[in-house]
Amino acid sequence: MGGTVFKYRDNVDTDVILPARYLSLSKREDLAAHCMEDLDREFVARVQPGDFIVAGENFGCGSSREHAPIAILSSGISCVIAASFARIFYRNAINIGLPILECQEAASEIRAGDKLEINLASGKIRNLTQGRTYQAGGFPPFLQDMMDAGGLLAYLAKKKEEVLP
Amino acid sequence: MGMTMTQKIFARHCGRQEVQAGDLVYGALDLVMGSDVTAPIAIHEMEKYGLKRVFDPNKIVLVMDHFAPNKDIRSAQNCALARQFAQQMGISHFYDGGRMGIEHALLPEQGFVAPGELIIGADSHTCTYGALGAFSTGVGSTDMAAGMYAGKNWFKVPAAILVNLTGRFSEYVGGKDLILSLIGMIGVDGARYKSIEFTGEAIAGIPMDDRFTICNMAIEAGAKNAIFPVDQNTLDYLSGRVSRPFVPVEADTDASYVCTIDINLSQLRPVLAAPFLPSNVKPVEHFRGLRVDQVVIGCCTNGRISDLRMAARILKGRKISEHVRCVIIPATQEIYLQAIAEGLLELFIQAGATVSMPTCGPCNGGHVGVLSDHERCVSTTNRNFVGRMGARDSEIYLASPAVAAACAVAGTVVSPEEV
Repeated sequence: MGGTVFKYRDNVDTDVILPARYLSLSKREDLAAHCMEDLDREFVARVQPGDFIVAGENFGCGSSREHAPIAILSSGISCVIAASFARIFYRNAINIGLPILECQEAASEIRAGDKLEINLASGKIRNLTQGRTYQAGGFPPFLQDMMDAGGLLAYLAKKKEEVLP
Repeated sequence: MGMTMTQKIFARHCGRQEVQAGDLVYGALDLVMGSDVTAPIAIHEMEKYGLKRVFDPNKIVLVMDHFAPNKDIRSAQNCALARQFAQQMGISHFYDGGRMGIEHALLPEQGFVAPGELIIGADSHTCTYGALGAFSTGVGSTDMAAGMYAGKNWFKVPAAILVNLTGRFSEYVGGKDLILSLIGMIGVDGARYKSIEFTGEAIAGIPMDDRFTICNMAIEAGAKNAIFPVDQNTLDYLSGRVSRPFVPVEADTDASYVCTIDINLSQLRPVLAAPFLPSNVKPVEHFRGLRVDQVVIGCCTNGRISDLRMAARILKGRKISEHVRCVIIPATQEIYLQAIAEGLLELFIQAGATVSMPTCGPCNGGHVGVLSDHERCVSTTNRNFVGRMGARDSEIYLASPAVAAACAVAGTVVSPEEV
């Protein structure tokens, strides 16, 4: 998959990803319409299907609202790449099927507007603009299985409960 | 190898003698909690995947607190959906209307939390219950749905930071100053993916309400959970609330920790966390004189009876500055009644404060005190992110009830000793 980068800082919290004033919304398109609103007011107008969010440390800190990863996924972002993720956001992303990759080097070198191509299965990130390649950390097999199944509930619905660790 | 308190709770809940940091385990849940904001998504997701039952209706608690009493039509629809789900599934622990309260004050108060238990809640401040020696952590709606359905969920066993407490709090210094100071020391990701485990001679002197405040904000350092050892204070609190048997855990003496942080309570001062991160912590004096437009005293962090008593101590016989809107929010109906019985609410109203029904209210910009452009609020809540309480360029300074009440009287940032 390929697309253009939106680059953000360290400690992007879920309040700026999806402000609490929209928490009573639940439709995916309604949440996407306010994605990143308090951090980057141009995001919604500019984002194209397949684009990437690249950020620093502790992406998605704060509130446990799943509305935040849902808004990002529904906006067309194909993967969030960060130096690190806050733990609830990390779980939520995996659980709902929003692709994420953790990679310090990519997070520090990639710039806004760079064109990327990634391979989720291998964790390989190609920066077409800078001619660089980065290798993101992998996931434990059980989490990879869950992501492949389409998220936690899809996994449970397939009666795979017994194969959880 | 020895285990931490948290690791022991995981071992017990996944049927193993021993677990280590980094293990992926499937833990049996003692309780699953959700709110009017997070439960609707969980309910929709269960429907979508055809998950038509819950594992145990008595181990699920739904609390309508964020946008309740319903602030608008959409909020009303969310609460109605949760209410209908509770009826369908036979979930009797549904808190709404006259039984309402802020979830993280309500659940311990109503006896839903006991030492050694494993709890998830679809709200990041679920880490509050570690004050009672339980493992509890915040999750998203999908995890809540999985927990409600399966009665289990997956966890990565965390490593721990040990925080060793000595000394005793000075006057006007308490749990809020301690946890803000700790977050200031280690940063908003200083405990990411980790437990914060408290130990030390000072713990016996830390009241339960302060322990709740301290554990509540562990998430603001990125922690998975925070946990206090169980002592006589804990048992006294549980007496009359929890009747089921429980078995507390203690950390092994050879448990290993990522690091140990020593904090002498005697050296702590009243502090504020300035916008826009809870780790921007400095002594109150640093911000002295800043004009304040609003003060909020309440929230799952500081809406308990001892918080209200501290606010009353400062506000007694004084008037809130005429340019300050001061909103005081008892966290539960029980606390509300206690505050009435002690004459606190009358005192607050005489001082010129607005007293609200229990609700999360303004903490996340919902209602009951949303901020306008460029307004500044000193608040006992837990987050000061951009736009958290309203307009994008409004400002929140996080503080203890003592500091917040003092600022309400002065109309500017001051230390409690100064009013």
